[in-house]
Amino acid sequence: MLASKSSAQGSVVRATKTVLDFLKGPILAIQDFYELTGRALANVIRKPHYMDDILLQMDTIGVGSLPIVILTGLFTGAVMGLEMGQSLQQYGQTGRTGTFVSIILVRELGPVLAAVMVAGRNASGIASELGSMKVTEQIDAMRALGTDPIQKLVKPRMIATAFMLPCLTVIDDFIGMFGGWVIAVLIFRLPTRQYWTLVWQALDWKDVVEGLMKPFIFSFAVSLLGCFYGLRTSGGTQGVGKATTQAMVAASVAIFILNLFIGIIFVRRG
Amino acid sequence: MAAAEVPSEVPSEAQSDSLVRFENVSVVFDDGTRALDDMSFHVRRGETRILLGAAGSGKTVLLKTAMALNRVTSGKVFLFDEDVTRMPEARLFDVRSRIGMLFQESALFDSMTIAQNVAYPLLNQKAISMPREKMEPAVRDSLRFVELEQTMEKFPAELSGGMRRRAAIARAVVNKPPLLFYDSPTAGLDPITAHTIMALIIKERDVDATTALVVTHRYQDGNLVANFRYNPDSGRLDPVMKVSGTNTIFMVLREGRLVFEGNQTDLEASTDPYITKFVKRPEKDAA
Repeated sequence: MLASKSSAQGSVVRATKTVLDFLKGPILAIQDFYELTGRALANVIRKPHYMDDILLQMDTIGVGSLPIVILTGLFTGAVMGLEMGQSLQQYGQTGRTGTFVSIILVRELGPVLAAVMVAGRNASGIASELGSMKVTEQIDAMRALGTDPIQKLVKPRMIATAFMLPCLTVIDDFIGMFGGWVIAVLIFRLPTRQYWTLVWQALDWKDVVEGLMKPFIFSFAVSLLGCFYGLRTSGGTQGVGKATTQAMVAASVAIFILNLFIGIIFVRRG
Repeated sequence: MAAAEVPSEVPSEAQSDSLVRFENVSVVFDDGTRALDDMSFHVRRGETRILLGAAGSGKTVLLKTAMALNRVTSGKVFLFDEDVTRMPEARLFDVRSRIGMLFQESALFDSMTIAQNVAYPLLNQKAISMPREKMEPAVRDSLRFVELEQTMEKFPAELSGGMRRRAAIARAVVNKPPLLFYDSPTAGLDPITAHTIMALIIKERDVDATTALVVTHRYQDGNLVANFRYNPDSGRLDPVMKVSGTNTIFMVLREGRLVFEGNQTDLEASTDPYITKFVKRPEKDAA
């Protein structure tokens, strides 16, 4: 009886140890991510600012992502116009297509779509660039030559993404509305003036704030997760590929989770 | 070739002129791997230390620990008599500005030209306050030293492996540091290029009177450093006279432990099977 009790306790201890060992890796990773985030944010006001690098990253992240954001925005807006128009037709409210396209784009789809596109293009790009630098010892060389890699590599990417993602979202929103207008005019024969008037009237300041706050917050997930996975790359070129995938997946998932929480906050505030 | 006269004994205690000092240093990685195990030694001013060891024996970890790029698990590391074991990164930059390092894969920045790479320490190390107008001549001098002056506007990807290694040496020595670390400077190079790189290391040692820690798995590299001296008149390497010597100490690492520390004569006399694997008789016509 005593022996079986002792054996059961041993099993519980072993199971607990296995669970703790399993959790150790993710917890350490979260701790490292928060440390990187803290250091990157603390460096924002600290010199040197590497303005050249910030402008270069703005070009890469912002201008470089423009085609993909325009294309996805245009077709998503058009599809939304089509679906909304058809659904509203049942209630004889096709004329309100612009209202729904506008609200959904500005509040939800525009920020999420632009952020996911930028995550796919840039979080992975940042991770692969920094990962390659890590495995070829360029990060160590940077530290050896008097530069803080977080100051030189992470900060410019973080600032550039924080500035460019809201800009891309505004463009994405507008292009989406344009796509909706094309469908509204060509398929549902709505007057242009009516569509754009409703698009404009549907928006409240709260929507605009939410629509800009979201990409601003998402930008940190995109840039910092890209940098985080890049800087912890190990294992040569295979490790770079793994870091790239992890960065993109983690950034995309983080965007959807953050979107829900920000949405809840704005809904509760009315 | 005349055999060099090297110090017959290694000092047993740290002296004030030691530039690098390890006191019972152990480095254990997150996965439990013990990369360095209770390592103690010190490098005095003017010495060249040749660090031999098989792949995975901890040579690169030792060099990165010496540069304070790795954190130690236990023990203490001193650079220029300053304890850098728990020193904050911001303060380490000043200490590191007095050290030049050649990384195993050169570690040149891909997005910069060779001139920008070489100028990098001058622009970014706060401890170096060189006026902008003096930087370009310093970069040119450094590239001339490694005979790559014509590659200033090229990118690292446009250079061969040997040229990249030489450019990385130019970057390491551009601010004339008194201490240099070389991580496997001849790894992956053909014998002729490897000889050129070692000749540059010897030239740097003799021209600027630098102290160096050279990591390698090739005994002939250490043999060259220990027995040859740069002749500024001929621009070639000459065998050293017995009376002068080159102040070269050999160290052998095995699975993170220091298993030998001493001069070339003692190294060649060792009967330890691991050590004898590295040691070959000096090549008569190495230079």
